[in-house]
Amino acid sequence: MARVVLDKIKKCYGDVEVIRELNLEIRDEEFMVLVGPSGCGKSTALRMIAGLEEITAGEISIGDRVVNDVPPKDRDIAMVFQSYALYPHMSVRENMDFGLRIKKMPREEIDRRVANASRILGIESYLDRKPRQLSGGQRQRVAVGRAIVRDPSVYLFDEPLSNLDAKLRVQMRAEITGLQRRLKTTTVYVTHDQIEAMTMGHRIAVLNDGDLQQVGTPLELYDTPANLFVARFIGTPPMNFLRGAVGADGGSVTGNGFELDLGEANRDMAAGMAGRDVQVGIRPEYLRDTPREGSGPTAPLRLKIELVETLGHEVLVHGHLGEDMVVAKVDPHRRPEIDTEIELQLELDKLQLFDAVSEQRLNRGERP
Amino acid sequence: MSNRNDSVPHFWLHLFLVFMVLVTVYPILWVLTVAFSGQQALMFVDLPPDPSVLDRVRAVVPWPAQVSVQNFVDVFSQQPFGRWLLNSALVAAATTVMGVFLATTAGYAFSRFRFPGRRAGMMSFLISQMFPGTLTLVPLYIIIVQWLHLGSNYLGLILLYSTTAIPFCVWMLKGYFDTIPRELEESALMDGASPAVIFWKIILPLSKPAVAVTALFSFMTAWNEFILALTIMDQESMYTAPVGLRFFVGGFAEQQWGYFAAGSIVAALPVMALFLFLQRFLISGLTAGAVKG
Repeated sequence: MARVVLDKIKKCYGDVEVIRELNLEIRDEEFMVLVGPSGCGKSTALRMIAGLEEITAGEISIGDRVVNDVPPKDRDIAMVFQSYALYPHMSVRENMDFGLRIKKMPREEIDRRVANASRILGIESYLDRKPRQLSGGQRQRVAVGRAIVRDPSVYLFDEPLSNLDAKLRVQMRAEITGLQRRLKTTTVYVTHDQIEAMTMGHRIAVLNDGDLQQVGTPLELYDTPANLFVARFIGTPPMNFLRGAVGADGGSVTGNGFELDLGEANRDMAAGMAGRDVQVGIRPEYLRDTPREGSGPTAPLRLKIELVETLGHEVLVHGHLGEDMVVAKVDPHRRPEIDTEIELQLELDKLQLFDAVSEQRLNRGERP
Repeated sequence: MSNRNDSVPHFWLHLFLVFMVLVTVYPILWVLTVAFSGQQALMFVDLPPDPSVLDRVRAVVPWPAQVSVQNFVDVFSQQPFGRWLLNSALVAAATTVMGVFLATTAGYAFSRFRFPGRRAGMMSFLISQMFPGTLTLVPLYIIIVQWLHLGSNYLGLILLYSTTAIPFCVWMLKGYFDTIPRELEESALMDGASPAVIFWKIILPLSKPAVAVTALFSFMTAWNEFILALTIMDQESMYTAPVGLRFFVGGFAEQQWGYFAAGSIVAALPVMALFLFLQRFLISGLTAGAVKG
């Protein structure tokens, strides 16, 4: 068991900075998800922990040891690749025990570990098959099994589920999460899928363009995103944003086609900001036709419906408010018609305020 | 006669194909005929002074007057053809081993590592293939015979053939190695494999088709080559099979077409056997199942 610390990590390819300065501590036994759009540097960070990429500057420690100059095989880590990377000419068993055979581990110990891992993953029945005879999900399990038999102090996963179909992905998501809970091994998991990040991680680190945006538990990121990027990235359907300026008294935000009373909850914060350009963020579930039970004060907003999405347990309506498109959740039993107007209630204490220029969050907005 | 929209009707197409097969097979049939005729002559029919059409047809049909294996027996007992075959086999086998070993390791380095001169190295291999072999004959003779004193020596010929075969083999293998996913090696690296283990246990087993083609190419380069062998092997006991065959015909002595034909057939057999053996490695999709679903 080990914690992993990235201290002022920097990575450049020639003149291109892929990671500017990354500081991140992954605690012992933690499931940490690195998430971000493609090209944000998350896979590079993972590969640097693995030792597959050199570190331009900074220090990586695993356990209490700085591993900058330690080759991958001596870092006591195991990695599951996006493409599985199974050895095609070896059977499942040989794939799993390849690393142990190289270490010259005694045969009985190898057999015990392979048997144990294959029982955990339910792959005992095809230990003698070749990878090409397996389905995508089975291959994925073998790739995980290959990591388990090593019994490392850290697991690294590089988008392991992105080649699976949607149903299998949900299943493997649960399996990997369950496995981590059982093995209690420090895990770093890279994905571009924010749902994977939200459902699997103890904590999530959001990266964009080589910069760490925010680290926190899934709910911290969801409820109090540090900036516009995190607010947009986390959550489906995504958060709504209304562009406007804080009014003269600091008590309202006025935009193109709407005026919004900020309410008591935000008044203190907005007091000194008269005339400042802001973006008001509100999640679709806090913008409803009938307010939630026990919700705080609300402000009415009228929306002309342009699109209706029926998801069964809820209905999403889309429409323009000024120049911004917004999404609201409405009662599934009152399916609204397109081109009609609907009155929505906006929960004022759930408002998020972001500076339009710096894109940083303005209100504290702790969870009520 | 065809109900499909073929531009060439089947009958004429097939007629053309049959004709082309005859053109291809005819010389080989003659070689077989001469070899099994038991004689040294190329002609089996003495045309009368005033030949009829039938006489002329008989003269061009490859069919021996009698069938005998005497030429095959004599080429080994009366002539040192066995020795020449052995020379060829030794040189070709050594060329294959050396060529494949150097080409796989070089191809892997060119495919995976970034080093100064990588591009220049690949290009110089390519450029070396652009010149006709005879152009290099004189410099090669000077290097091998006058400088290294390897005339009429196996090693000299092995060196020459290896250097001839390696550029093509390196290109061929580099291209194949490029298609092997890099994650496989990274995965092995994480498993604790050294570069040597990765090369021998992961890369080479997955490259069997390319290695088989390379081996066949190296072997055939050495087995069939004539000009270089003729140039540097001047002792009769060191002739390779193609050089030895040449001395059955075209010299000042009697033309021994029977030995020539029988020897040619014997010399063709090892290449055919090798091809049949290597054929089972020439299968695609060896890396299936490595990556993605």
